[in-house]
Amino acid sequence: MKTAIIIFPGSNCDNEMERFLHKYTGVKSIRVWHKETQLPDVDLYVLPGGFSYGDYLRAGALAPLSPIMKELKKTDKKILGICNGFQILCEAGLLPGILRINRTQKFICKPVTIYRGYDRYNIPIAHAEGNYYHPQPAKVSIAFTYAEDVNGSTGFIAGVANNNVLGMMPHPERAFESYHCSQDGFKILEIFENFYV
Amino acid sequence: MLTSEEIKLIEDTLGRVPNPTETHVFDAMWSEHCSYKSSKYWLKKLYTEGKHVISGPGENAGVIDIGDGDKIVFKMESHNHPSFIEPYQGAATGVGGIMRDVFTMGARPIANLNSLHFGSTNDRRVIDGVIKGIADYGNCVGIPTVSSKCYFSDCYTQNPLVNAMTVGYTNKEIFTSVPNKKGIVVYVGAKTGRDGIGGAIMASEEFAEGEDKRPAVQVGDPFYEKLLLEASLELFETGIVIAAQDMGAAGLTSSTTEIAIKGNYGIEIDLSAVPLREEGMEPWEILLSESQERMLFVLDFDTLTDRGKENIFKLFRKWDLDCFIIGKLTDNNNFKVTVKDKTVCDIPLKALEAPVLERRLYPKKGDINFTPFVPPTIPDFNMDWVWEQYDSQVMGNTIAGPQKDPAIVRIPNSKKGIAITTMSDASLCDYNPTKGIASIIENCYNKLKDVGAEPLGITNCLNFGNPENENVMYDFAKTVLSMAETCRKLKFPVVSGNVSFYNETSGKGIMPTPVIGGVGLML
Repeated sequence: MKTAIIIFPGSNCDNEMERFLHKYTGVKSIRVWHKETQLPDVDLYVLPGGFSYGDYLRAGALAPLSPIMKELKKTDKKILGICNGFQILCEAGLLPGILRINRTQKFICKPVTIYRGYDRYNIPIAHAEGNYYHPQPAKVSIAFTYAEDVNGSTGFIAGVANNNVLGMMPHPERAFESYHCSQDGFKILEIFENFYV
Repeated sequence: MLTSEEIKLIEDTLGRVPNPTETHVFDAMWSEHCSYKSSKYWLKKLYTEGKHVISGPGENAGVIDIGDGDKIVFKMESHNHPSFIEPYQGAATGVGGIMRDVFTMGARPIANLNSLHFGSTNDRRVIDGVIKGIADYGNCVGIPTVSSKCYFSDCYTQNPLVNAMTVGYTNKEIFTSVPNKKGIVVYVGAKTGRDGIGGAIMASEEFAEGEDKRPAVQVGDPFYEKLLLEASLELFETGIVIAAQDMGAAGLTSSTTEIAIKGNYGIEIDLSAVPLREEGMEPWEILLSESQERMLFVLDFDTLTDRGKENIFKLFRKWDLDCFIIGKLTDNNNFKVTVKDKTVCDIPLKALEAPVLERRLYPKKGDINFTPFVPPTIPDFNMDWVWEQYDSQVMGNTIAGPQKDPAIVRIPNSKKGIAITTMSDASLCDYNPTKGIASIIENCYNKLKDVGAEPLGITNCLNFGNPENENVMYDFAKTVLSMAETCRKLKFPVVSGNVSFYNETSGKGIMPTPVIGGVGLML
């Protein structure tokens, strides 16, 4: 699988994402700067975590205006958004719903348990705006849910999908090395590779 | 403020009365915060050598060799005064400042640490503000905060201590603020505004109750810092940087003069080229503004072709940063400031170096009240609440985070790791400054050894009261002397540091609170 990482000003999880994808696919990812107007031909585009444009105004609110996002909207290849990437995809309308400030009003950084059906994964979260909201959660294709209420999300939602697009708040790229809290990160990529068209 | 003797001394060296702009420049440069005039004499005695040390105190940060061309750059700094006035911005800009010190040397920050002293657990205004300020800034720039310690004692109610430390890593060349040839002076980063004017002077005075000093606190923009970090590291790779310096205390004045003094050159800058946030700023305001996220580079532009120059500007455009050529290094050892053709300041750089005060030591006098032992962790204060707000996992290299002491961080793309910790014990230092600091250093040394690390060096942050008070100066001198002796004994060099005096409000000072940050290489 060939991958590309879309980098916005303020993205800061790009380097570990690169290592993570390299270890999983065996192929080095292509780094794409947000001002570029052409997407490289790969199988998976990843929007990494961070604070694009400082999260000023609203998390992920300004990044959808970047030239590269026009191209992303046209592609039928897979798109994965992690943390700030998820927020950008929601703001860009590629995923339903919106991410609000955590109910505690504070940044939360800790490992959490997330579920997909009966499968559980231990993956760290780190966000201030991860409180997912959708007025009709039944209409959303839920990819992952938290095991407990961590930030106030509707229906404990941790990640949602929309055909070829998957967005999630937990960071799989922080769960793959021997010293991380778990090595479940690769399982997330496996799921995305096999289950979403 | 300058004393009348100091003004007399300035007039004697200049042979004339300084004009208003020059007076402001002297005022800032001779402040305790910039000149270290009370502490310099003692700090010279510290143990700063060692086979691993590449660069010791005097630079933006200390540099230690960990083998295979890998270098660790680290420093700790205080931002106590601003954090009391405006806890959120004060703490945030403290973190920003120390990170800039590290990447100015060409190293990418890989870990942030902090050591905080508060009055009581009920002081929510300061505690909430400081923690959120540190968290927001570090998280946004994307540097993990791997260790945070909180201590509580009454004496910090009006004088909270916010000490932040950053550790950086590079396997490339280290850049210093010492130019080895002449070049042009380039200003990169945020525009200059009226924020933080007189910050250095504020940090060199006691506070009186009810005084509003808010305009002297700077405002931080972590997003801009992230852009500046990436752009600076890219610029270093091009090989045209002669010297680099971030604009911290006393802004443009101290950064330009420091570069010139260290390289034994003169410097000429034109203030009309400096980008301003608002119109009508006086020359002295531009010179002393402490607006954040600004860097100064001396670049070797003469050797570049037009295309090469265009590439440099293109690099900054990529990151949406402004860069301006504001002056050049000269041969005449003068600090010359112009606004277009009008000269507003022209003084020999030698004159800007404040005279070092040799404050005599007197044995302690008067009532000495020792504070009873303060436990480092207070049961009713939940440290998880603090640690959760920091992104301790970003960069994916955190092996042991804030819950563990010392924290352990992997060196990017290698099998090496470093152990880092901060240490403070004010009540012991208050009881006996000599034994107090010795115990802190030994503790730190042993803690690093305990997790299997080879202790390499320390940085320090010496927080004290008013140095004009003989008792305070006595504690300070004893602390430094004992630190020198203990470090020499353990072969545990001090590679960087910072002194914060005047932690006093309305005559009530803090206990002597030296804080150290130790770094070790995992074996």
